[in-house]
Amino acid sequence: MIPQVPTYLLDRCGLEDSHTLDVYRANGGYAALAKVLGGMDPAEVIEELKDSGLRGRGGAGFPTGLKWSFMPDPQKDRRARYLAVNADESEPGTCKDRVLMEKDPHGLIEGILIACYAMRVPVAYVYVRGEFRHPYNRVAAAIDEARKAGLVGENVLGKGFDCEIWMHKGAGAYICGEETGLMESLEGKRGHPRPKPPFPAGHGLWGMPTTVNNVETLFNVPFIVDRGASWYRTMGTDASPGNLLVGISGHVERPGVYEIPLGTAANRILEDWAGGVLNNHKLQAWFPGGSSTGLLPASLIGLAMDHDSLKAAGSMLGTGAMIMLDETACVVRAMEVISRFYDHESCGQCSQCREGTQWLHQIFRRMENGRGRMEDIDLLESLASGMAPAKTICALADAAAIPTHAVVKHFREELEAHVKAGCCPRKTARTPETVEAGA
Amino acid sequence: MSEEKTLVVPPMLVAELDELTSHYPDKRAALIPMLHRFQEELGGWISPEIMEWCAEYLDMEPVEVYGVASFYPMFHMRPRGEHVVSVCHNVSCDLRGAREILARVCEVTGCRPGGTSQDGRFTVLGVECQGACTAAPMLDLDGVYHENLELDDVDRILGGVE
Repeated sequence: MIPQVPTYLLDRCGLEDSHTLDVYRANGGYAALAKVLGGMDPAEVIEELKDSGLRGRGGAGFPTGLKWSFMPDPQKDRRARYLAVNADESEPGTCKDRVLMEKDPHGLIEGILIACYAMRVPVAYVYVRGEFRHPYNRVAAAIDEARKAGLVGENVLGKGFDCEIWMHKGAGAYICGEETGLMESLEGKRGHPRPKPPFPAGHGLWGMPTTVNNVETLFNVPFIVDRGASWYRTMGTDASPGNLLVGISGHVERPGVYEIPLGTAANRILEDWAGGVLNNHKLQAWFPGGSSTGLLPASLIGLAMDHDSLKAAGSMLGTGAMIMLDETACVVRAMEVISRFYDHESCGQCSQCREGTQWLHQIFRRMENGRGRMEDIDLLESLASGMAPAKTICALADAAAIPTHAVVKHFREELEAHVKAGCCPRKTARTPETVEAGA
Repeated sequence: MSEEKTLVVPPMLVAELDELTSHYPDKRAALIPMLHRFQEELGGWISPEIMEWCAEYLDMEPVEVYGVASFYPMFHMRPRGEHVVSVCHNVSCDLRGAREILARVCEVTGCRPGGTSQDGRFTVLGVECQGACTAAPMLDLDGVYHENLELDDVDRILGGVE
């Protein structure tokens, strides 16, 4: 049985027609917006967010209230200003924002409206990955409904607040989930990340002050405003308050997106929420928060799922996308797959990343196919060290280097076994002619 | 270059683009959503004629449009089959049998991964994570997700295609 813990994020998702304005309103929807527009100062909203301790749910875990406070004072800086909503969910293993957009799009819209009020932003763009047609249509329809009800557009709820929300469709590039790549893409360009500084709050979309927030982050906002920062802090940990949407996939009995308090031990999520490892097999390895966070051995499955616990263990919470590999899986094959992914998704601006991701992929591929050399293991480490940290414009190179370091650290014996056997000991290798299934 | 072909863009689509460009302070921002609409409405791929039309409409050079379109995996830069089957082959799907699903799709359609069947009916792609990880394995047929697949589902889904 799934443990009984206080929840809020997914509470409406199980209701019939949960995506409609009627159901949203019947369940307390837009009360937080009315509260804010009815008498909260924008600075008060930001203070509430800071007090709540909410940290961004897109992967980096940056404090949301603090990020909002970086936006310049509109009295002093009269330039146009924007909110960009990052709905380009594409970190391997991650499918939580999709659930919110499909099942509870008004929750996102209310979060956007409150964020825009707090930062005095009149225009928001929701950048949705192109493949997410159904979630896109759900959010677009909800915006139309909200516009007709006087919740989006000019003079929201008759309170003199103007806020327009536009949908924007991406076209399948992972790098556009990186905030500056997203902004370039939204401007109609290749998704090439920009060097930082300047940071988006001063120089974002079209060079104007911009904040980029993830869907789940914004989804938390109405709850915090409505119920208060002290309520929010009753869940999760001191440094990572609130609940988190965890997507658990791979070799588990009940894959799914679950709402858990931050700080819950990973083995409890695996056992109690996801029903344990598939077919009663033993766990071999797991990713805690998407492929970029690196494979961890089964011995670390007791780690708490929050930002600081995972950081202390040399990993990251990332997007909370747990991927489980049982004893029959091959970690080299998993690395072949994810190194191919980073090779495919590198935007090509920085040589360390463009060349490095390709070389990593070539090495993992030959290792999985039995053509690896013993010196390849050190070569992997040396390549990864040449790519990151902080050697490139954005963190995609890091995202490829971190799992490479992790697999050498935790699974060196598996790599050596492939080299010694001259094949995949688990017989999972592809035949060479099917290696390239390229899009 | 061969003789110039002119692209006929339906007035409804032009009206839609006029509305779309009004959402942005710089109309060039509409380029990617625009390319999606052209690909959906006019032949399933981004032809040179489409790129020239978009360039003129957005005051860009055609080569700039090409530079953008070719960056994004969802845009087909060559003609493709009548139906596109994309099978996710990233890690969560791979762990749940995506390779076998892709092989079956290839068998049923007569395509190699990345290729188009000789009769032009299908293009089959292995694609990176589609955000369906907790319902793996999956395939996308002409923009609709099919999830939690068993091998037999592939025959059923592709058998139902016109």
